[in-house]
This record gives sequence, C-alpha cells and structure tokens, in this order.
Amino acid sequence: MAALYEGFTLCGLVPTQNASDSAIQGIELDGDSDHALVTDSTRSVTLYKVSDQKPLGSWTVKQGQLLTCPAVCNFQTKEYVVVSDNKVIRVWKDEDFNLDRAFKATVSADVWRVHSAPGGEPVVLFQRGAVRLLDSLLSAPQQPIEDVLSEEEVIRWSTNIVAEKQHFVLFTTEQKGEHFLYVQRLNPNTLQKYRLEREDSRSAPLSFSASLRDKHINLLYLYPNGCVYQSVVAARGYVGPEGVQALPRSLRLRLPVGEGELGAASAVALDEAHVAVVGMPHPSARTGKDFLCIWNTNFQTLQAGKEMAGRIHGQVGIRIWSYIFFASNFNQMTLYLYLALKIHFTPIYINDHSFISPQVWCYLGKLFVPHGKALSVIPYECQKSSLASALGKLRHAGIAVSKSSVAVPSWNTLLHGNQPQGPAKIVATRKSKLSRKSQSVQALTVDQVLKLIKTGPVDEVQREVEALVSRGDAQDLQLSVGQLACHLVARSQAETTFYTPGALAQLVRTQCLCHSVCPDLLLLALEHKDYFLCQLCLQLFPDIPEVVTCACLKTFISVPDGDVEMVSLEPDSVSFMEGLVVAGARGGQQNGFSPPLFEEDSCDAHHQPKPTQHQDKKNPTLQLEACPVGLHKAVLLNEVLQTPYSDNLLLPHLKDLNTQQVILFLQYLQFVYLKYSQDVYTQTPGLRSPTVTQVIDWVCLLLDAHFTVLVMAPDAKGLLSNLNSFVKSQVKLFSELGKIEGSLQGLHKMKLSKDISQYSIEVIELF
Amino acid sequence: MGEFKVHRVRFFDYMPTAIRAMAFNAHTEKLALGRMDGSVEIFNFADHYFQEKVIPGKDSRSIEALCWVGGRLFSAGLNGEITEYDLENLRPKYSLDAYGGPIWTITSNSQGAHLAIGCEDGTVKLFEVLEESIQFERNLDRQKGRIISLSWHPSGAQIAAGMMDMIRVFDVPTGHAVQRLLVDRGFGGSKSRETVVWSVVFLSDCTIISGDSAGKVQVWDGHTGTLVKTHLVTKWDVLALSVSKDESSVVVGTSEGTVIQFQFIAPTLQQQDKEWVRTRTFKNHTHDVRALAEIETAIVSGGMDTQLVVRPLLEKFDERSYASGLRKIHFPHRNLVSCAKKAGLLLFQFPGQLELWRLGESDGHGKPGDSLPLKRKPEKLLHLKRKGEDHICCSALSSCGGWLAYSTMSSVRLYRLQTDNNDISITKVPKLPKVLRSAHQLCFSSDSSKLFAASSQSSVLIIALSQSECKYVHTLKPKSGSRQPIHLMTNSVDGKWLATANSDCEIHVYNVQKLKLHCIVPVYGSCPSAIGIHPTTNNLINVHADQQIFEYSIVEKQYTDWSRKLQKQGLHNLWLDRDTPVTHVTFNPNNPEQILLHDMHMFCIIDQSLPLPDQKTQFYNQMTLRSLSGQERPSHLHAFKICKTFQDLLSVSLLDDQSLVMVERPLLSITSQLPAPVRQKKFAT
Repeated sequence: MAALYEGFTLCGLVPTQNASDSAIQGIELDGDSDHALVTDSTRSVTLYKVSDQKPLGSWTVKQGQLLTCPAVCNFQTKEYVVVSDNKVIRVWKDEDFNLDRAFKATVSADVWRVHSAPGGEPVVLFQRGAVRLLDSLLSAPQQPIEDVLSEEEVIRWSTNIVAEKQHFVLFTTEQKGEHFLYVQRLNPNTLQKYRLEREDSRSAPLSFSASLRDKHINLLYLYPNGCVYQSVVAARGYVGPEGVQALPRSLRLRLPVGEGELGAASAVALDEAHVAVVGMPHPSARTGKDFLCIWNTNFQTLQAGKEMAGRIHGQVGIRIWSYIFFASNFNQMTLYLYLALKIHFTPIYINDHSFISPQVWCYLGKLFVPHGKALSVIPYECQKSSLASALGKLRHAGIAVSKSSVAVPSWNTLLHGNQPQGPAKIVATRKSKLSRKSQSVQALTVDQVLKLIKTGPVDEVQREVEALVSRGDAQDLQLSVGQLACHLVARSQAETTFYTPGALAQLVRTQCLCHSVCPDLLLLALEHKDYFLCQLCLQLFPDIPEVVTCACLKTFISVPDGDVEMVSLEPDSVSFMEGLVVAGARGGQQNGFSPPLFEEDSCDAHHQPKPTQHQDKKNPTLQLEACPVGLHKAVLLNEVLQTPYSDNLLLPHLKDLNTQQVILFLQYLQFVYLKYSQDVYTQTPGLRSPTVTQVIDWVCLLLDAHFTVLVMAPDAKGLLSNLNSFVKSQVKLFSELGKIEGSLQGLHKMKLSKDISQYSIEVIELF
Repeated sequence: MGEFKVHRVRFFDYMPTAIRAMAFNAHTEKLALGRMDGSVEIFNFADHYFQEKVIPGKDSRSIEALCWVGGRLFSAGLNGEITEYDLENLRPKYSLDAYGGPIWTITSNSQGAHLAIGCEDGTVKLFEVLEESIQFERNLDRQKGRIISLSWHPSGAQIAAGMMDMIRVFDVPTGHAVQRLLVDRGFGGSKSRETVVWSVVFLSDCTIISGDSAGKVQVWDGHTGTLVKTHLVTKWDVLALSVSKDESSVVVGTSEGTVIQFQFIAPTLQQQDKEWVRTRTFKNHTHDVRALAEIETAIVSGGMDTQLVVRPLLEKFDERSYASGLRKIHFPHRNLVSCAKKAGLLLFQFPGQLELWRLGESDGHGKPGDSLPLKRKPEKLLHLKRKGEDHICCSALSSCGGWLAYSTMSSVRLYRLQTDNNDISITKVPKLPKVLRSAHQLCFSSDSSKLFAASSQSSVLIIALSQSECKYVHTLKPKSGSRQPIHLMTNSVDGKWLATANSDCEIHVYNVQKLKLHCIVPVYGSCPSAIGIHPTTNNLINVHADQQIFEYSIVEKQYTDWSRKLQKQGLHNLWLDRDTPVTHVTFNPNNPEQILLHDMHMFCIIDQSLPLPDQKTQFYNQMTLRSLSGQERPSHLHAFKICKTFQDLLSVSLLDDQSLVMVERPLLSITSQLPAPVRQKKFAT
C-alpha cells in the first residue's frame, strides 16, 4: 500500500536560460527535520521551513562566483558547508549573513561533492576520486590530493552512508562505457571497486539510489529500458580481494516503458518494497505527461501516481549529488513511516550524454520534485504489503460471508473509497490533534502506547491498548494495529512473564491484522496456550502459512481434553459443535434413510447382500456415537479444517504428526463426516462450520502423508476400512452426479436459445 | 386447428419504476404500494393479489411512506406534503404541506386517531385524523437531525423515532424525548459515516427493533434504553422492517436484496426465555428491498428491482395450495397497449408519453416455427409527450387508426390521426365537451363514431365523433350506485352493447343505441380481470382474478350453456394454479368458436366446439399433439390450446388479417436497465 497525498509548493523556481537545466542544484536537510536547505543552480543557498513553506535564511556568493556543489549541513557543528568554483570550501553558521565573510579555504584539487550525514562528520569527495574528512582537509587545505581514478574515468554519482559508526562514501564512475562502483570506507580507509554488469543495450544507468538495510548497502539503479536493478554490498566485515569485482545484481522491477527507451527518469527507493519513479509516463495515461509514481517491487504493481504539471526538471552535465539522512525525531504523522523508512536517499544521476534526468529528493515521507515553475513537496505513505492484502487469499466461500467483511484492507476503500484523501487527511490529523489535546488527560496516542508497551506493566498496557483500539478511527487503526501487535508480541517474546491476551484478541478482532503483518502472533498464542486467541487468528487471518496451521493442529490434537474444556471459545462455533454432537444422540436412522456408507457392499454387484443383523453389527456408527475428542478440542480442530491452505505446501508439514495423533484426528474427521452424511442434521445458516468437502480433503491429505505408517498400525485397521467405504460412497455419489450432469447438458442443448431481435414475424401452429 | 402468423413485438420499452413504500391493511387485506414515480397501486390480497386500482403518479409528487387509517390511505414524501387519496376517483383527495421540510416517514397509531410524520428539520409532527381531512395538532420536542423512521407503541403513548446515529423515544402526551438510544457506526471505513436508522419497530412489550445503514438489526429494551442484542446481517444497509401482527416475527429487508426473518422464540427447546433469533433468509430480489410487509401467511417485499414478491411462509400452510406458491408481480394487471386491428397500428402507453408504431410486413409463407423475411420493418410513427405534470392513466386507439385519446388525472386529450402512405399528421381535437374532464378508461366504438370514457362513480360518458366536431351525447349511469371506478370497458362490434366492470366486481351492460342500462351480470366474488363481447353472438366473456371464465348471453340475460357446462365440470387445476391474471380477451371473427386469452406467461385459444378437459386430461398438450399423427390427434384434443412460446406478454391481439400481435417485454431487458446492485466483493476482485 502506498499513497501520494496532495502536495504543496515549497518555493517558486526561476527558469534558467537553458530550459532543460534545473534551477535547483540540491536539497539537503538541516539538523531540524522540518528544515530544507535548497541550493540553486548558480549562486544562492536558501533555508526553508518545510511545513510553513517559508524561507528562514538565504546566502549568496558574489557575482562571478559559482556554487559547484549543493550546500550541506555539518550535523555535529551545526554549520553549513558549500563549495564554490570547484576549489573554495566555505563554512558558515546560521548567524552569518554574508557568505563572503564566512570561513573560506582553497584546496588543491577540484572538489566533486561534500557529503554529510547525521552521526558522521562531513566528507569531501574530489573529482579524481580521493576522499578526505572535512576537518582534516581544512586543517591543511593545500595538502596534496592523490588521483584514484584513471585518466578517462569520471564520477557520475556519489553518496555517503553511516552504518554503525562506519562511514562509507559510495560513488559510481564511467570509463569507456563501463560503469564502476567504488565503496570507500573511512577509518580504516579501504577502497573496494566493483564493476556493474552491462545492460544489453549498452546504455548507461539513468539514476542511482543507495540505502542501508540489514547491515547491507542496497544500490538501486534504473536503466533506460525500464529495468530497476538492485545490488547488495556488505557494509561490514569482509573486505574482498584487491582489484575489480563484478557486482551481482537482481532485477527488482521492470517498468512498462512501451516502445523505445526512457529518455530521462529517476528512481528512489522509499523502503524495501517501494520505489518512487519520476519522469516515466503513467502506464494508463497518454504520453507527454510527467508522472510521479510509486511502484511496489514485490508485486510489480503501480500503487500511486500523480501527474506533475509542467516539465519535471532535470539537469545537464556531470553533476551528481546525493544525501543521506537519519531520522531522529518524528512528528505524529510520519511515525509509521519511520518504521518503514530507516534511511532516505536521493539519487540523482545525470550523465554527460545530455540525458536530462528529472530530480527527486525524498526526506521524511515527503518527496521534493522541482517541476514547472515550482518546487513541490508531496507527502507520501508506504505501508507494509502482504500478498494477502494485495490479492485477498482464498477463503472458502459461503462460510464467513458476513464475517470476513473487512479482513484485509481493500485497495479500493483505501485508494478510491476515500478519494480526497490528501486534504481530508490533513484536516483529519489537525482535528485529531485537537481532539487528542482535549482528551489527552487519560487517552494516550499511538506512539505513547508503543512506548508504554516496551516497558509498562501488563495491566496498564492491556488497558491502554484496549482504550486505543476502541476509540481509534478506522484509518488510524489500519496503520497502528499492526505496529501495536508487533510490539506486544516482541515484548512477550522477550519477557516470558509479559502476556496480554485480551489486548491481542482485541487487535485481532479489528480485522486489520493478518498473519504476514505480525507473523509471530499465532505462534506466541500457541506457546502461551491461549486457545481462544488461536481460534480468533485462525478465523480472521486469511494468510496463515501451512507450517503454522500444522503447528496449531499438532498442538490442538495433543493437548489433553481437560486443559481445553476450561477455555472459553467463540460461542457460535461451540454451539455448532454442540448441535453436531446432540444431533447424533437422536439416533442413527430416520425415515428409513440409510446413509450411503452402509451400502458399501451393494455397489459390488457380485457380492451377496448380507443379512441385516450382520450389517448392523458391522455398523461403525454404533461405536462412533461419541465424539472421539472433547467438545472444545473439536471446536479448535474445526477451525484448522476451515483454514485455507494449498495441498502441496501442507503435505510435508503433516508428516510431522505422529501416528497416534494422526489416528485420533482421522477418527475425529470420520466422526464429522458420518454426522454430516447420516444425520438429517441441517447446518444452521450463519454458523461457521467445516464443509463436507473440507473434511474429505483433510482425510485425503492425512492419508497421503501417513498411508504407509497407517497400513502397518494395527489400531488403524478399522479406521482405514471405514474410510475406504467413505471413498466408495463418495465415488458412487459422484458417478451418479456425473450421470445427471450428462442428462442436464443434454437438456441445455435441446433448449437452443434463439437470439430474438426486437421484431420478427413468425409462424406458429396450434393443434 | 391452424397456423397463425405472429408479429413478435419486443420494442415496447416498458419500464416499471422502483417500489418505494408499502402499507398493508390487515382489515381489508389490501396492500398499497408506492412507486418512485409517485404512483400508488392497490392490490387486493383477498382476491388473488389482483391489482385493483392504480393511482397515476405526478412529476412533483414523491412517496416516501404510505399509511392506512381504516380504509383511508395517506402518503408522505420528500416534497414535504401529506396526501390523502381518493380511492374512488383514483386521485389525491388533498395535499397538505407539513412545513417541516421533506418528510421521511408517516405512521398512524393503532387507534387510527393520529398520524405522526418525521421531518427533515428534526420534528415529529402529530396530526389529528378528522372525518374528512387531517389537522395539525402539535410538534414533539424538536431534535437535531432528521427523523428517518417512526413507530408508535401499540398503546399510543410513546413513539420511537429513528434518526442519524440514534433512536429517540418520545412520550406522546408530554411531547418530551424520554430515551436516547445511541446506534453504533459501522466498522472499517464506514466508521466516519453517520449511521442512518432506516427503520424502527416498537413492540407492545416495549422492545424496540431497529435496522440501520451499518447493516445491523438491533434489539433494544425501551424501558431502560439498553441494547439487548445486535445482529449484523449485511455489509450494506438494512432498509426496511416489518413486524407480524402477533409480534412474534420481524422481517428485515437489506440492500443486498435479501429478506431476513427474526423470530421471538426460545433458542433451545427446553428453555423458557424467548429471544429474537435470526431464522430464515430469503433472496428474491437483486436490489435494495425498500418496502416490506409481513402479513398473515406471507412476506411481501418490493424494492429497486421493481417487482412485488409475495413469499409465503410455508409453516402456515398444511398443504400445497394457490396461496402457498411464491408469487412475483412484474406487470400491471391492465393493458398498456392498444391495437388498431384494421390499420395494424400499436399504441404504447408510458407514464410520460405515448408511442404509435406501425407493424412490419412480410409476404412470405413459412412452416410453423419459421421466421419470415421482413418486407417492411416496423416503424415508429409518433412520439406524443403528455402535457402537464400528471402521468397518463389510460389511452385508446380506434380500430381504424384514425383517432387517439389519452387521459391524465386532470384532462382528456383527443387527437385525429391521418396516415397517407408514409406521412402521418396529427391534429388535436379542440373544444372537448366540458363534462369530459378525466377518464379512468377510454375506448372507441368499432366504427370509430363514438368515444366512451369511464368517469366517476362508474358512469360512462358517450362522445360522438365526426370530422367536424365532437359532442357530448349521454352519460350512462349504473343503477347499483357503486362509487368505485371502472377498470375495464369494452363494446360490441355491432355497436349496440357496451360492457363495463368496476372494482366492486360489478359488470354492467348498456344498450348504446337506447342509451340505457341493459342488465347487470350476476356479481361474482372475484374481480373481473378481462372482459370481451363476442362479435357474432354478442356473448360477454368475463375472466376473473381467480381464473374463472364465464360466458353470459347479453341478449338472453343469462349464462350460456357452455358457461354452465364449464362451471359444472370445473376448470382444470393447472389453469387455476396459474399465478398471473388473464388481462385481455379477444375473438376470432373468422372462427366464432375461438376465444383468445392471455396472461403474462401464456397465450391461449379456447375452442368452444371441443370437449372441456377434465382433471385427468393432459392440460398442456400441444407438444403431445404435435407428435401424434393426423388420425390420432382428434381424440386428444380439448378446448384449451395453450402456447407458451411467448413469454412476459403484455398484450395479445388479433388483427383483421388474422395475424396475431404478441407484445413481449422480456424481464431480462427490464433487469438490464436497472441500476447496478450494491457491489458484493468476490474473491480477488
């Protein structure tokens, strides 16, 4: 799930003489998360407060001088750093009004870019590939700078990353059509060089984006043919052998470019699953319009798109910059995003073939896009996606028609259902802020509750989560329920004494959760023997993996009856089971109806019909009057039966069951089957209950998994022969149905539907 | 028996409008049905669900709710007016502005002394029911937000009002709100939307049952104002509620088209305490069920899909019978098509316009079952829009095709049609006699010299037509003094006789030449649904809503022998089991033995020369006869020759050239014009 909201204009842009040239050189974040440092293409640097869209300060170099690198903020000293005329490094503070009076130092080689990131000091990257820490460089500005790159090699793009105190500078170069990635580690300094795989078309990548994820640096790059590749470089430990290594890549996304190639486009990774792309036409819109789109790389789906009025600016020339920013404090609205977006990068890569790559920056859940005569800020939102929420997993129809109403968030209601999401959202947050303020005395906000979950006592956590869920409105819930559940589960896993069954049950009941959002929840419930929660999860999660289903089954089947009977379960399913058990007590046969089971021999024509008494003796139902498992256990098993699954995936896990468990389960299935087939028991509409087909399917699966063992087990013999007769009766039923089907089709053919027009003159005859 | 050339006409785009409201009068067993176009239909449930009366709609009128007070019918609508209907003259008696903005609901207390209406401005207004009118009495405490639904407590001392997000209970004597029941909003995305309490029911034990837009049916304790039980029945809206007379059952209608029954029973056998339990679900509609009534033995429902469904509750029947079958009423029980037999023209009546069509031609001959090649296509000659706001209530076309007349509630218009080859000219006849103000039925004499117009109190006006002028001749009045409107009228080919039938089941025969009442056909207990005078014998054939057929000799003033024989032997059960009434009777001038009848699902030729079928005879025997050889056939023949090839019939007539005109309106094409039903999410859609 991702969505783009209504954007706003941060500032106007003065068109430059070269129309294709951007008026913006770079956008950097200040120490404050709400400040943006915008460097224009010539001489000035402006600091904006983003939420208010107002400039806080502006600095300009003298006429004749040129800023050659976007200004950055030194997060440690709260100073700004910029390079003018390639060699002059200028450092100034907020209080300085005049840039010319600020500190200046001239270095001995051309600077490519100054990079800065919170948690690390600024780094200077020279055009020939050398890297220096800013402090050490300024202490001896005229120190000799070595050449790292060979003669014809030029830098195309660069960025820096701070990972666990380790500082990296990444830059890509081009040499005779080949592209290389350099990873420069600082303290201790090592340099690693990788060769990028060549694209078939020999074209150069249009844009790069790097991010840090799971202690690996992910590099994302876009080619003109629409392919977005990802390469992973280890951030720690192993330093490879000297020389150039090939950089393995994987295709993450193939954008539909239609015929021809992309002239200019940029891709930014938003989180592990989402990529924002500008400069590419919307697949369903006519060409010639510039769109900002968010794609989901897991499902290759377009999730949000927005037309950008006017042309999206790009930049010509060998100008590359990138930024890294570590989020530290977030406001309420972006809290969710914080989890998804650990790091934001902006990659802009413009090569010297005069490709004009559109610019896009991304900070704190906002995309900055210069287009037309304005620099727009567009807030966006990415949510964790799961296949279940993307497609809606198969549930057996007819069972939970009314219950599964909002089991998974639907694209429609989230995207189209609330059409004016942007402004409405803003209004809503303001409103909710107000309301929160007014009720802040007792009610806690989501992040306060999250904090509480980490440390608070069980009772309080339970109370607050329940309060939050019961008052939260739908939109907020959708987002926060998953977080709350994950936090609760994480704490419970860490502390054995901490467990909040009530709160978890309530979260599950909101139907905003699914298994993929919080995979440990069900297992945790099993561990704590919270069978009620297990039941809820089985009922409400559409996407439980087969291995978990099997784990549930195994636990349920082996739990002693006494343990479960005390547990309170969902009353509807219990009453269904009670009904089923009672139905048997009324006596086997009614109205002379004999279940197909007893006719097992009659289908073998050569067998003599056996005497009735004999048959009665053999009648298995007489022994099967009683349910082989306790009532509540049966209820739980029913839930397992109704869980969606795929045979192939379930089968290997079923083999984990031991023989005793299998036999008991088969006995239970047999019991249910017999009840269904022999009793005049009519299913109460609206009650959740397993269908005959589900029961049969499970019998088949169990037999498939354990047949050889069962054949050898003496106590399974009677069971197997009974099951054999089920199969026979089913086969017989289906063969009869098959016959009927044939005749019905014949009937259909007889009734040729004539296409009758509005008017015809026909002849009829009456006798 | 013979071949017929059939003009199979499907270009009449008749489109019924959605059902909006319903009120059942348990005393008279009549159901009043309000449609979106403002028309009101009265069905007599005691007489085979026959549609007795239709009060035509009007552009500015809307009906949100209907309500019976004794035999008087009231409606209220979003135009803010309360209307009482004159059921004898089929028109609104008076309309009264309630001055509360749009009115959402109207309901009377069980004593029939007061009406309560719920208004958009948040007031519940009480009106006193007087002898001839109603009078505003007072407002109950005004609330914020509109009043959507109302229900009186049977004692009349309290009223429950469904509003946005809540239900209020008012104490009627003081007018103060005494309870405030808050209704939860829906889950998920609908949480931000207000819940509309579409319907409430106040039971005598002070239980309140509500249905709302979040899909819930909720049971409340009216004493304490507490919620007893919530049943979530649909993802969409619960629109209508109706309680049975003994208050043991409540039915609810939803946007999904389902009707769900709740019963007040003990949930398990041994238990004594009763509670409201969801018991049955019926799905007979594809769209919103907007109106519901639970009557003694059945659930009556109607909604956006325009059909009226009578779903019998089978536990109330001991054996299978006429009343125990599911009944769907799609078409009006009257004719909307007039046919000029000589000219081969068809006139289609819509509420807002008339369409005149010329049938196509074919000169080919073909075997039975063939479609003939068309020499000329059918042609729409005229599209005549009505004047004014009132909808057309009846229309007629003379058999020569030279005259056309229609009537609305307020005026009658007569037109002269002239067709020369392909040109058609229409001229309005000016200066109609003043006495001719509106008509319930219109018909032309077969020589087109007279126009008969059924007027108030079962009287008939005779207007003489000529090229130069039209003038009032006489008013025929029944002696019975019946005040009911005439719903059927026919005249004989020789121009001597005119027969009329009214809602009192009376059939009068007038001598037009002598301008006086000739006789009254003995009154039969069921309403006539079609009458016709035989062109040669001048026998009157009348078919009734209960499917009985009578033949009455006008000259001899007695039933004919054939009719007596038919009554003695009795009609075949399969004939009696049909669930739509015969709506038209016509004759074959070339073969006087033949009577042509049709209902919605079949067309029948009765051959009076053939033996009548007894109960053992195969009734629908056309297929069998076809397979028999020429010699065997005569021994299997019986009088009823039924053809089911043509379905959803609106009209059948026989042209002078012996070809039949069958006007079909396939239900499928009506369904396809309905708006899309509520979206039901299916897997991966």
